[in-house]
Amino acid sequence: MSERERKNEINRRQFLGNMLKTACGVGLVGLGLGAYSKRASSLPASYIRPPGALPEEEFLGTCIRCGLCVRDCPYDILFLGELGDQVPTGTPYFVARSGPCEMCEDIPCVVACPTNALDHELKDIEASRMGLAVLVDQENCIAFHGLRCEVCFNVCPLRNRAISLDMQHNTRSGKHALFIPVVHSDACTGCGLCERACILEEAAIKVFPTHLAKGELGKHYRLGWEEKEKAGGALVTPDTKHHYNLPDGVRYELQGEGLIIEGEAEDSPFSSNPLDTLNSGFMDK
Amino acid sequence: MLDMKRLGNDAIAEKGWFNAHKFLILRRLSQLGILALFLAGPWLGIWIVKGNLAYSLTLDFLPLTDPYVLLQGSLSGVVPQTTAIIGVVIVLLFYFLVGGRVYCSWVCPVNMVTDLAAWLRRKLGIRTTSQLSRSTRFWMLGLTLILPFAVAGGIVWELVNPVSMMFRGIVFGMGAAWVMILGIFLFDLVVAKDGWCGHICPVGAFYNLVGSRSLLRVNAVQRQACNDCMECYVICPEPQVIKPALKGEEKGTSPVILSSDCTNCGRCIDICAKDVFKFGGRQNKTTEALKREGEINRGVRV
Amino acid sequence: MKLTRRAFIKSNAVAAAASVAGVTLPLSNAAAADGDDGIRWDKAACRYCGTGCSVLMGVKDGKVVASQGDPDAPVNKGLNCIKGYFLPKILYGEDRLTKPLLRKTNGKYDKNGKFEAVTWDEAFKTMAEKWIAARKAKGPKGVGMFGSGQWTVWEGYAAQKLLKAGFRSNSLEPNARHCMASAVGAFMRAFGIDEPMGCYDDLEHADVFVLWGANMAEMHPILWSRLTDTRLTKPGCEVHVLSTFEHRCYELADNGMIFEPQTDLAILNYIANYIIQNKAYNKAFIDKHVNFTKTPTDIGYGLRADDPREKAAKNRNKGKLTKISFEEYAKSVEPYTLEYTSKLSKVPKDKLEKLAKAYADPKKKVASFWTMGFNQHTRGVWVNGLCYNVHLLMGKIAEPGNSPFSLTGQPSACGTAREVGTFTHRLPADLVVKKDAHCRFAEKTWKLPAGTIPRANGKSDDADQSDISGKPMGPTLIHAVAMHRALNDGKMNTFWVMCNNNMQAAANMNDESYPGWRNPNNFITVSDPYPTVSAQAADLILPTAMWIEKEGAYGNAERRTQFWRQQVGAPGEAKSDVWQIMEFSKYVKVKDVWPQDLIAKMPEYADKSLYEVLYTNGQVDKFPVEQVTDSRGNKYANDESADFGFYVQKGLFEEYRLFNSAEGIPKKGHEMADFDAYHKVRGMRWPVIDGKETLWRFREGYDPHVAKGEGVKFYGKPDGKANIITAPYEAAAEPPDKEYDLWLCTGRVLEHWHSGSMTRRVPELYRAVPDAVVYMHPKDAKKRRLRNGALAKLTSRRGEIVCKVDTKGRNKCPEGLVFVPWFDAGRLVNKLTLDQTDPLSKETDYKKCGVKITRA
Repeated sequence: MSERERKNEINRRQFLGNMLKTACGVGLVGLGLGAYSKRASSLPASYIRPPGALPEEEFLGTCIRCGLCVRDCPYDILFLGELGDQVPTGTPYFVARSGPCEMCEDIPCVVACPTNALDHELKDIEASRMGLAVLVDQENCIAFHGLRCEVCFNVCPLRNRAISLDMQHNTRSGKHALFIPVVHSDACTGCGLCERACILEEAAIKVFPTHLAKGELGKHYRLGWEEKEKAGGALVTPDTKHHYNLPDGVRYELQGEGLIIEGEAEDSPFSSNPLDTLNSGFMDK
Repeated sequence: MLDMKRLGNDAIAEKGWFNAHKFLILRRLSQLGILALFLAGPWLGIWIVKGNLAYSLTLDFLPLTDPYVLLQGSLSGVVPQTTAIIGVVIVLLFYFLVGGRVYCSWVCPVNMVTDLAAWLRRKLGIRTTSQLSRSTRFWMLGLTLILPFAVAGGIVWELVNPVSMMFRGIVFGMGAAWVMILGIFLFDLVVAKDGWCGHICPVGAFYNLVGSRSLLRVNAVQRQACNDCMECYVICPEPQVIKPALKGEEKGTSPVILSSDCTNCGRCIDICAKDVFKFGGRQNKTTEALKREGEINRGVRV
Repeated sequence: MKLTRRAFIKSNAVAAAASVAGVTLPLSNAAAADGDDGIRWDKAACRYCGTGCSVLMGVKDGKVVASQGDPDAPVNKGLNCIKGYFLPKILYGEDRLTKPLLRKTNGKYDKNGKFEAVTWDEAFKTMAEKWIAARKAKGPKGVGMFGSGQWTVWEGYAAQKLLKAGFRSNSLEPNARHCMASAVGAFMRAFGIDEPMGCYDDLEHADVFVLWGANMAEMHPILWSRLTDTRLTKPGCEVHVLSTFEHRCYELADNGMIFEPQTDLAILNYIANYIIQNKAYNKAFIDKHVNFTKTPTDIGYGLRADDPREKAAKNRNKGKLTKISFEEYAKSVEPYTLEYTSKLSKVPKDKLEKLAKAYADPKKKVASFWTMGFNQHTRGVWVNGLCYNVHLLMGKIAEPGNSPFSLTGQPSACGTAREVGTFTHRLPADLVVKKDAHCRFAEKTWKLPAGTIPRANGKSDDADQSDISGKPMGPTLIHAVAMHRALNDGKMNTFWVMCNNNMQAAANMNDESYPGWRNPNNFITVSDPYPTVSAQAADLILPTAMWIEKEGAYGNAERRTQFWRQQVGAPGEAKSDVWQIMEFSKYVKVKDVWPQDLIAKMPEYADKSLYEVLYTNGQVDKFPVEQVTDSRGNKYANDESADFGFYVQKGLFEEYRLFNSAEGIPKKGHEMADFDAYHKVRGMRWPVIDGKETLWRFREGYDPHVAKGEGVKFYGKPDGKANIITAPYEAAAEPPDKEYDLWLCTGRVLEHWHSGSMTRRVPELYRAVPDAVVYMHPKDAKKRRLRNGALAKLTSRRGEIVCKVDTKGRNKCPEGLVFVPWFDAGRLVNKLTLDQTDPLSKETDYKKCGVKITRA
């Protein structure tokens, strides 16, 4: 083997060796990156994506981290994740408690997105689903104690649709009503205005990613009354008319009040129809 | 051996300080100017450019898209908006003309960090050499383009990419990204000369490929005037690109630096006391022609 | 570049934040850290609305560190609204005023100078000089004081004495003029005695609730939860809601009606007509207990006399009642048929009929509730009266569940403004300065010479009362809106605004309030805990100790008087209103402000200060300083007693009580318990006789003033009969026209109280509702190229403001009407409103004027 050949041989070996080293090194980097990306792409519950964001996995593949949505948000609520944040670096998010989505009708953040990571199909902000508000703490929500707060209800932009008030009797005070806020997932956009407005030190109503917030009814089970309403009538043969053994003056309404003893409520000289009284003239004639 | 302390002194003596730093100053102006354009909005409320290097919109009209980021995205299945595609075309065309790695030396903010490290290395006389191959960056590039397929979670590289992170950090908020910048700085300072930009960075590798046939090139137009001071080799972040052009006269090779590793930074032009280098086109002129041109040039200067 | 929209929104956000500068006030975490050990709990009445919830305040190391609703309070049973939840925080805004501040240049008072801290002595010296000069130069109307339905009882009483007896001026008005005067006017005309005959227990006893211009759901949150509970738990209970726009009460309404502004007059007459046409009225009741009368019509709108609308009015400001027969009355309501009324009011016929039936059904107990919709109305006295007409026709009054009920918006509109009578025309316990006998009784009670108090017409015993100069005094009455006009005209030169924010609250700020206050001849003093819009426009600002930083008493809408002790100290040099009034009186001598002939009656008074004559008269200073202690042995400070050397609050209250409980009082029916008794109870509803409170008035068994066998007796009137007063529908003063094409209605929201000077300093409330918005119909918005969230410019004939459009929020306006709340110091809606008043009650109508809206 000549000097030259030997040199070439060494070079070749060196080259192959180097290559192997490099490939191994880069491979290791790849493994690390892969593992890191798995961890980094699990979005924590308090970070909410802008309206129209694709499902998280797709979103991460689509968002090019340009920050134009951040720039075009007129309320400056959007931020880009920074290294060390719990949100993937460079991707946009908002935190409902400090700056919720104000639900602009023209959705400028979506318009700004160059890659459709914020879905340009979203034209109606009320159709967006950034997350779902959940009244997480019924022990501390003061509405459950009968205090008149209802701030979440009052600020909700989908008035009476995303949050409604369920009025109940306050058994403790005996004479006041409770105004219980109830969130409806078919309307709630997860904008987070309620979470920001909640007057407690730590909000009792919070916006969570929908998959964390929703339960699921057993696939086999149907709510009978809803099915009946959908079908417009009984799903099976309708009930036939029932007949009962009853004393005089007593009725029985199967689908209504049950047993009705007529005349029982008549502790008044007046008919229940005011017009009867009104048109009968004075009683003291 | 070259005296590092005297590096550049000849050029300054011959051409004056300004001419010996002309391209350095221009590059810094370019890098800082681009940052300033992006910062004028959030800092001063003057919205000329919005976004960052990944994608930006200038005057609400001109879209510019980083083809590398978009490519990673596309590999994970993105169908970008038209504006983003227009932006990519503009950017690709630009770098195709001026040289892909112009991005590295004229735009990328990390360049300022690695330049500082290189400058300190020279001042402190640190001479460690890396075991890394300069081809590592292409392996890295390959890796970053495979990852979108392999790992759920899309544009994986952008989770850690120091280049986009630094620029975005300055414009939008840095977070812990400064640790990574510091890491690159120390790596370049202590571990390997031109370690990051010259060996690892897949962004540079990508632009390297984009500009492999670029038109704007550094030419060693007066290579016969070379006094073998070796300063250009020392200052160049990709010194392997110089020799074929500078020393190829006997072999008849072109005086044009053809390697797409070259970042068109102009450091060699600045540092050469003999004005060997010039920016020029890509066409491979004969030695004779060059000679004549050289004479003409000298004549003009006299 | 998108400079415009984002820049604008941002600069607005900054401005809004700046306008509540210094809002962060984290409560001391002492309570949380050490548990509840060492916290002293004591009761107080809530600082906000007229509901009168009781709260318990927890004090540790001289600070309120905890609070709770009072579980034993009959009104609220431990509950609070969102504002009450944050009560402690209103004390600790970072921008509390702690020193008197006077406008100065080069060390001297200057109307255009900058505010500089001064001593109390310098403040009062400057003030006294201005007041004495103005009183001398311009007569009894040259000085003026504008007090509050948020004053404690004795603060109102001390002010009453200072102005009417000390300065011999009837220029004393409360902000309750803007809120309850129409209700008072109607009570006096119909029953001869003020305040509701029922109580909150009506909320449990009624079968039908009718809301007339009252958004109880937001403005009386705890009462609303009681009403709601009755609706939920009582079979057959129904709720009728009437307003000019849809608000939160409509969520509960069985019969929700939106009527065209001002047509409530017609609707009530329709109901009366329906009752008569169907012969449903309670003949026995009206024969025995009711007189029928009519009131002059076409009475103007309380505008300045040179306004064409005033010149056109046939019976401007007239209200004398004439007796008529039942038949005449029936005829007067005959035109208000279902057809006519439905067409006029735009309420569907079936809804009107449903409402009328509810009133007409003898089996149903009906409670009607109203607040500002009725009161802030250019026919406010009329419309209050029309509601009484309906109740009186049916005899549905003064018994559990059958109750026409006027709610109040302030914690002591009843207790202080009305019962103490801090109005220009009133004296304590429903006495009036129009009546010589009433004035004489007051003078005797106050140990002052006869003729001290200016009579309404300036004549005592048909002889002219002389002013300081010896010349006749002339007419002396001047109501709130007229005060601002007098300031503007330079006829009134000193004005003391205490415990309210009248610059923000009064209508027509641009043309009347602001130029009046900044008139170079005028010296304006504002007493407040915070730098309000009023303080900004003042010349002297006095820092005020608020709420539980002093011993206090409030009277709520159901005649319940509630006391509290001083529980914490005030910051810096801040002093309570009663201290300020009494201390100021030391700076004015009797001879400075009384004429010779009056001094001649009691020459020993000549060199005395007003303080000596009014407050150390052997009566007010009767009770020595005592250590205030509760039954558990906790000790409480009393800063005023410490400063003046006697038990100030007790002395003032006991002297005040001579007006309502002493032998030989001119008007019975306002009896109250003694001072110490109130500190032991969670309030009592007057009349309190022999320690027993009164739930329903005018009815035998419930009311000790009604003798056995009388059944019902409206004893406020000499013949014991109430007045049904017929009054027609008359149009509003400034309905929309081609240019100003929308009705503007103003009001409140649940989260903020009045001008927001307290609630906007609670960060959580500020965050919940930061800025006022204009609620409007989406179609109205669209027509003006506006959408939800866009910035709109509202322009009236008097000014303009800019605020965000809300087409989806809690208030749903019909087309043609917009609603703007007035709490926001950053968007002063009273730049737009017209200073129109009910000509009878002089109460401003904030609910109806014309505006146009364009894109901002």
